[in-house]
Amino acid sequence: MTGGAIAASAPASIEARGWGWRHGGRRVPAVSGLDLRVAPGERVLLLGASGAGKSTLLHGLAGVLGGDDEGESLGELTIDGRPASAARGRSGLVLQDPDSQIVMARLGDDVAFGLENLGVPADEIWGRVGAALDAVGLRLPLEHSTAALSGGQRQRLALAGVLAMRPGLILLDEPTANLDPDGVHEVRDAVARVADETGATLVVIEHRVSVWMPVVDRVVVLGHGGVIADGSPDDVLVGQAASLRAAGVWLPSDVPWRAHPSTARGVEPLMTAHRLDVARVPGTPVQRGIDLRIDSGRVTAVTGPNGAGKSTLALTMAGLLRPDGGRLEPGAAMAGARGNEPWRWRSRDLLTRIGTVFQHPEHQFLMGSVLAELEVGPRALKMPPRERRERIEPLLTALRLEALTSANPFTLSGGEKRRLSVATVLATRPRMLVLDEPTFGQDANTWRELARLITDLRDDGVGVIAVTHDETFIDAVADTRFELSVDGDAAMSDAGGRGRSNAGGVSE
Amino acid sequence: MSIATVRPDLPLAGINPVAKVAATIPLSIGLVLTLDPVSAGVAIVCELIVFTAVGLGPLLWSPRTLPVWIAAPLTGISMVLYGAPSGTTYWQFGLIEVSDGSIAIGLATMTRVIAIALPAVVLFLTIDPTDFADGLAQTLGLPARFVLGALAALRLVGSSIDDWRTLALARRARGVADKGVIRRSLGQAFALLVLAIRRGGTLATAMESRGFGAPGPRTWAREATFGAPEWRVIAVGCLVAVVSVSAAILTGAWNLVWS
Repeated sequence: MTGGAIAASAPASIEARGWGWRHGGRRVPAVSGLDLRVAPGERVLLLGASGAGKSTLLHGLAGVLGGDDEGESLGELTIDGRPASAARGRSGLVLQDPDSQIVMARLGDDVAFGLENLGVPADEIWGRVGAALDAVGLRLPLEHSTAALSGGQRQRLALAGVLAMRPGLILLDEPTANLDPDGVHEVRDAVARVADETGATLVVIEHRVSVWMPVVDRVVVLGHGGVIADGSPDDVLVGQAASLRAAGVWLPSDVPWRAHPSTARGVEPLMTAHRLDVARVPGTPVQRGIDLRIDSGRVTAVTGPNGAGKSTLALTMAGLLRPDGGRLEPGAAMAGARGNEPWRWRSRDLLTRIGTVFQHPEHQFLMGSVLAELEVGPRALKMPPRERRERIEPLLTALRLEALTSANPFTLSGGEKRRLSVATVLATRPRMLVLDEPTFGQDANTWRELARLITDLRDDGVGVIAVTHDETFIDAVADTRFELSVDGDAAMSDAGGRGRSNAGGVSE
Repeated sequence: MSIATVRPDLPLAGINPVAKVAATIPLSIGLVLTLDPVSAGVAIVCELIVFTAVGLGPLLWSPRTLPVWIAAPLTGISMVLYGAPSGTTYWQFGLIEVSDGSIAIGLATMTRVIAIALPAVVLFLTIDPTDFADGLAQTLGLPARFVLGALAALRLVGSSIDDWRTLALARRARGVADKGVIRRSLGQAFALLVLAIRRGGTLATAMESRGFGAPGPRTWAREATFGAPEWRVIAVGCLVAVVSVSAAILTGAWNLVWS
């Protein structure tokens, strides 16, 4: 039941010699000419700008890039001297999305899945399942439903699933990017414990370096032409600080950008919640009795643990969900002739009043090209073509989307998708902006752009409500912090950032 | 999602699902061969007795069997109205003709629907999809790749329901939800498909990285057994079929559908 049971496999070595990979249908290879050696038992943090091929390398090591029909492989990529694609079972991969990695409905079955595939005898499986769950600290019944796990628990389950297979190499592709701060530390600590107990070689990709500094002993930076820096964490992070920042890497204790105090004039309330109950499914409120006021020219951050109803509150304030109780009162400038019940407003009326940016940009994309996507709102408002162009062109420039106007939104990178989803909402100039986890999984560059943009809008008098786990964002950008807790308490306070100096009258 | 979990304390929950499905087959064949109220009526009585005896009585009367109790009379009524007329005619209106014959057919159809659907619904409520997949692959020898792929896909249905809700909200937020319900629903369905494919792709990568589809023999952590309890379940299923058919033949009600 202890580490001994999971440590039976020797740590793996990695070697890449002139390795590269070109996805089928792309002209430019995702990775090319890569030379890298990792000794058994090393713990490597893999950094680099988005598009440098970090994930491709990790998938290559996991042997899941696919065959000749899915892309073209160049050079050599070996684990313990054997081609990585033939070394299934030597490596285990944990991906970013906690929702898409669970295979089975029951906890124990999910961990057993990999062992069954490897042909481990049935009487040996359950002992290894128990040991793996112990190692990641998931002490729940084997019959526990996997659907009932939190994000952090799911990621630990995914880790247990690969751990049970006794891999000599553990590969983590941004395993904590989609987790709240508790989940991040939960998973990081589980990985650290597992690495100590098994001695397995570890390769992890993550933008936020500080999380992994206690765990790794080597940092490798990938650029478009292969490895651009390689060495001990201190050497690389100090020596390469400038180029890493330029690549969007999040260095320890870095705050990419800070907002100045709001310069908006004539602050007025845009939306006020009185004893509001919010529910995703009518009749089953997730949070009750919320009092919250969103002012123009202010950024209000809504925070709290998973399951506290943050997103549900935001979508209710956005006029998308009907309040389950209490009252929602739009400000005079918002309501106009449309009445006092935002969820009854016509869809088109929302465009100039409330803009909502969803947590996953994919949910709000409607069209086949970036340009068409940006025109959806202005067209719905029946703007003439010239006016549409005048609205959209500055947005394309501001959000660096000019080169992508004909690209399909679904094919964009994570940062580009986020920028586009924000731009589509801004095209109709809403008075209030609702953002659900705007900085989730973004690198430091996109983070900085978003922070600047939100601050500019605030200065123009837009009222912003942002649901976020991102303490850096709250500290650097938000004027007001509104904290929800699972047991239903809510507390409002000034945010830590510079914006607060001008936030008088916001808190209640 | 409730579709992927079953209370393990239910009676018969531990029986190999393949046996439960097999047990319903003889009766279904018997009842399809003939169209009379006696065989199906006897079958229903037997089913009520058997399910109550094994402790599935509460499930029998739970809201989850409601669709059966609603659908069966509806099919019966449509047969009464439109079934082949014979004997005395009681009421006629256009194509509708209610007669002795159509009433008999209606009654036979309604009891049939109940007799076949009721055990199917009740037994399926005791079947865990994971156990079913184990049974299909291990007992019946269906390809593991196919069975486990389907099982994993089933898990994504829950996420797709959440996606659908969010997509609807997002369309309202984008200003395009005021008109064109049909066109919008089609677009939304397409978006759901795109999201499902992406999610499925990630899941496939996760499964593959854990050795799914690797060459070499696969083992099973949960052994699907097929022993005396399973044979007993099938025997009970056969017995109900024999009793129902015998009753119909002995009372002279038996009539083959093609005779």
